[in-house]
Amino acid sequence: MNEFEKALLKYFSPEDLKKIQTAKVGIAGLGGLGSNCANSLVRCGVKNLVLVDFDKVEASNLNRQFYFLDQLGKNKVSALKETLLKINPGLNITGHCLRLEKDNILSVFEDCLAVVEAFDQAEYKSLIVQTLLPTGKFIVSASGLAGHGKSDEIKIRRIKNNLVLVGDLKSEASSNLPPLAPRVNIAAAKQADAVLEYILQL
Amino acid sequence: MQVTVNGKPQTLSGGLSLLKLLSEKGLDKKRVVVELNLEIVPQEKMENTLIKEGDSIEIVSFVTGG
Repeated sequence: MNEFEKALLKYFSPEDLKKIQTAKVGIAGLGGLGSNCANSLVRCGVKNLVLVDFDKVEASNLNRQFYFLDQLGKNKVSALKETLLKINPGLNITGHCLRLEKDNILSVFEDCLAVVEAFDQAEYKSLIVQTLLPTGKFIVSASGLAGHGKSDEIKIRRIKNNLVLVGDLKSEASSNLPPLAPRVNIAAAKQADAVLEYILQL
Repeated sequence: MQVTVNGKPQTLSGGLSLLKLLSEKGLDKKRVVVELNLEIVPQEKMENTLIKEGDSIEIVSFVTGG
């Protein structure tokens, strides 16, 4: 255990930390939701991650995503991996720089206990959820987090035993309603909390 | 006919397909996950899946943003 991991024993019992450190969590999409959710999970001790995104870091991402100016142009998988390893050098990260489609979702997340759906587009959110739901994996999806204000409306809804949906279900991102750091971070943090709650009750 | 949609009882006209139900609710089949009696119905089957008396339908719909 490195210094960071040893310090986690101040907050978790050895049994709970072991549960957290052995769980493998997948994150589908490393934008505002995925990058910030990964940050929270890693700070709670999650070590085994499968990170998936095909995109590169752009300046317009920096208003809410967990990247930095010196990472512009890098692929998000490498950029996020680099930052997360600064928090805990002992992480075991599998990165996939690819576009998730119907035919690769199952294989990419095959050995994950839980998957965070962190895409931007509604069509892809639906695709991930309907493809993974029958596997019984714990899925935490998000819908409705754009704009500002009324952040208490970003709720956690347990839709099924293995499906949790975070968001206000209606605030769709658009040019009039941009995705902004506070509400995006609230949703991402709630996603991470739902994953942590699931792991700790196992 | 009487069905349950997202846990609430609802009366629908007979012979309605899932796709028709979605469009009546203003929903796009590509942006939802639909379960009919706990089974996920793939997008391509929504048009030919007819709703029957007593069915339980769960619709989860998504909006863009992340």
